[in-house]
Amino acid sequence: MKTSRAKSPARATLLPKCPTGIQGLDEITDGGLPRGRPTLVCGGAGCGKTLLAAEFLVRGAMQFDEPGVFIAFEETEKELKANVASLGFDLAGLVRRKKIVVDYVHIERGDAQESGEYDLEGLFVRLNHAIDSIGAKRVVLDTLEVLFASLPNEAILRSELRRLFRWLKDKGVTAVITAERGRESLTRHGLEEYVSDCVIVLDHRVNDQIATRHLRVVKYRGALHGTNEFPFLIGEDGISVLPITSLALNHVASSERIATGIPRLDAMLGGRGFFRGSSILLTGTSGTGKTIISSNFAQAAGRRGERVLYFSFEESPNQITRNMHSIGLRLEPLMKRGLLRIHSARPSLYGLEMHLATMFKEIATFKPHVVIIDPITSLMDLGTDSEGKGMVTRLIDYLKAGQITSFFTSLTQGGKAPQESEAAMSSLMDSWILLQDFEGNGERNRVLYVLKARGMKHSNQIREFLISDHGIDVVDAYIGASGVLTGSARAAQNALEKAAVLAGQQEAAQLVREVERKRAALERQISSLRADHKTEAAELRRIAEQVGTSTRLLGTERAASGILRQADANVAAGARGKARPGRSK
Amino acid sequence: MMKSQRTSRPAAAPARAPKPWQLRLYVTGQTLKSVTALANLRQMCEIRLKGRYRITVVDLLEKPQLAKGDQILAVPTVVRKLPRPVRTIIGDLSDTAHLLVGLDLRATG
Repeated sequence: MKTSRAKSPARATLLPKCPTGIQGLDEITDGGLPRGRPTLVCGGAGCGKTLLAAEFLVRGAMQFDEPGVFIAFEETEKELKANVASLGFDLAGLVRRKKIVVDYVHIERGDAQESGEYDLEGLFVRLNHAIDSIGAKRVVLDTLEVLFASLPNEAILRSELRRLFRWLKDKGVTAVITAERGRESLTRHGLEEYVSDCVIVLDHRVNDQIATRHLRVVKYRGALHGTNEFPFLIGEDGISVLPITSLALNHVASSERIATGIPRLDAMLGGRGFFRGSSILLTGTSGTGKTIISSNFAQAAGRRGERVLYFSFEESPNQITRNMHSIGLRLEPLMKRGLLRIHSARPSLYGLEMHLATMFKEIATFKPHVVIIDPITSLMDLGTDSEGKGMVTRLIDYLKAGQITSFFTSLTQGGKAPQESEAAMSSLMDSWILLQDFEGNGERNRVLYVLKARGMKHSNQIREFLISDHGIDVVDAYIGASGVLTGSARAAQNALEKAAVLAGQQEAAQLVREVERKRAALERQISSLRADHKTEAAELRRIAEQVGTSTRLLGTERAASGILRQADANVAAGARGKARPGRSK
Repeated sequence: MMKSQRTSRPAAAPARAPKPWQLRLYVTGQTLKSVTALANLRQMCEIRLKGRYRITVVDLLEKPQLAKGDQILAVPTVVRKLPRPVRTIIGDLSDTAHLLVGLDLRATG
């Protein structure tokens, strides 16, 4: 026995595995179910046990050339065929080609009367006959527990079941046994007691009115397996267990750069745009132009000849193309050339996992270079925070593994700091561009800035971006003392500045004139002072002359009077007369 | 092979008015249970249905495909094909009371 999935010689010596071919399940179980051993699949009603078992058989017959036997206790062959046909499986055809045998075991409750000892050799004979008739390698028993209702003697039944599982192992077939989930035990009748190699539990839960199926490998003897609960869904082509999680961060990081479709934005991102295969988040409140930037990015990629898959959760493809047309962005040609595919779905259409699976499927078939999800927040609202983050993680892992550039838009609520509301997602993103609107002057203007861009030089500037008939234009926003100004305020500010310059010039001229005037005034003052001084000096001279004249006059007068009074009095009177000239009067 | 054992069928039997009972016993080889079941069945029929019955023994080891027709799981199983309705009794038939109930022979007995 050897596993077809054995990747290394070391692994081949471990427990041989039997690939189920069910998307995701083989990844979780690291290769499939234990080969040649029975596996118990238990779960409540309607959680997909029968389908899982049927798919195991059908894929075994189709993909691994392992014929199978389906022992149905609950559904007739016809019903079973119809049921799996809805998943696109041609069970009837496989039965015709002798790849699968369906044996419907019908037992009416309380139908048989018991009398004495018996065993279930009849079942063994049937099973053996069915297995040998086509050389089956796989067996499904769905659902054995019906036996508990129809065979009253539980002691016999239990010992026979034990013998059955032993017998299946001896026969070397890989068996899947389904069972109803019990209240306290895994199965209603404790079948897990007999099947000890591998136990898978299926579960169908309703959260917020959205039902999600989960799968968990409870036990897998002798093998590594993911023990988490994985969401799974039943789609058009069978079961897919999610995630196809890459458990390691080991994807290749490309250093190739791709343009955003907006030259100025490229310039802000080190001049060359985003890295190929990176994850980009575009955050903004409603109406900030997320879809427009996304469409631009899509168009740019399409023009490079790359395929773009656009998941829209808000608008129909037609609506997007029409709206983009209004700004001169033509997406139809790209769609016609098969470079752009817009996949629209309402978020509430189905659960998170179903969305994810649909997206995986679309991605797998379309093989895009760029995936745009607009907006991711609509999806995240469907689940709890952790589920939402888990989903984004899975999606990004999946896309990065395929070197697909992912572009997510995220709608933030006004008033909430965008950095805060996206905290959960941001760590997963390589680049983060923020769109904001500024309100003022009776208008709303959009700005954009790069919040982070891992591994590249990026601008720290806030830029205003304008949407016109011919697309997006990123312009420098006004950044000045009074903050960031956009739109008409930016224009007004420009005008204001011009006026201010003019006013300054005028003021300077005024000042020059004033100084001139002052200087003139000063000069006038100086000359008037000089004039004053002149006048005063002239006056002084006049006075001095007057004093000289009068002194002279006095001298001559006295001499005259001395002559008049006698010359003998000349000596004494000359001294007295000099001392008190006024007294002489 | 299907062994039709026209067991204990007296010469007078064909003249009897009611149709003969048709009983089919499914066994897997000659196990103790199989042998016991056949013996028990015969004994019962001899007492209750003397001359009016026919037992067919089907060995599933030889004819496994026949298990599907009568939906046989447990072995041994007796299926009363006639008279209608079909009735099924499982076990080695050692419990006579249950066998009678199973074959609906209480009324006639």
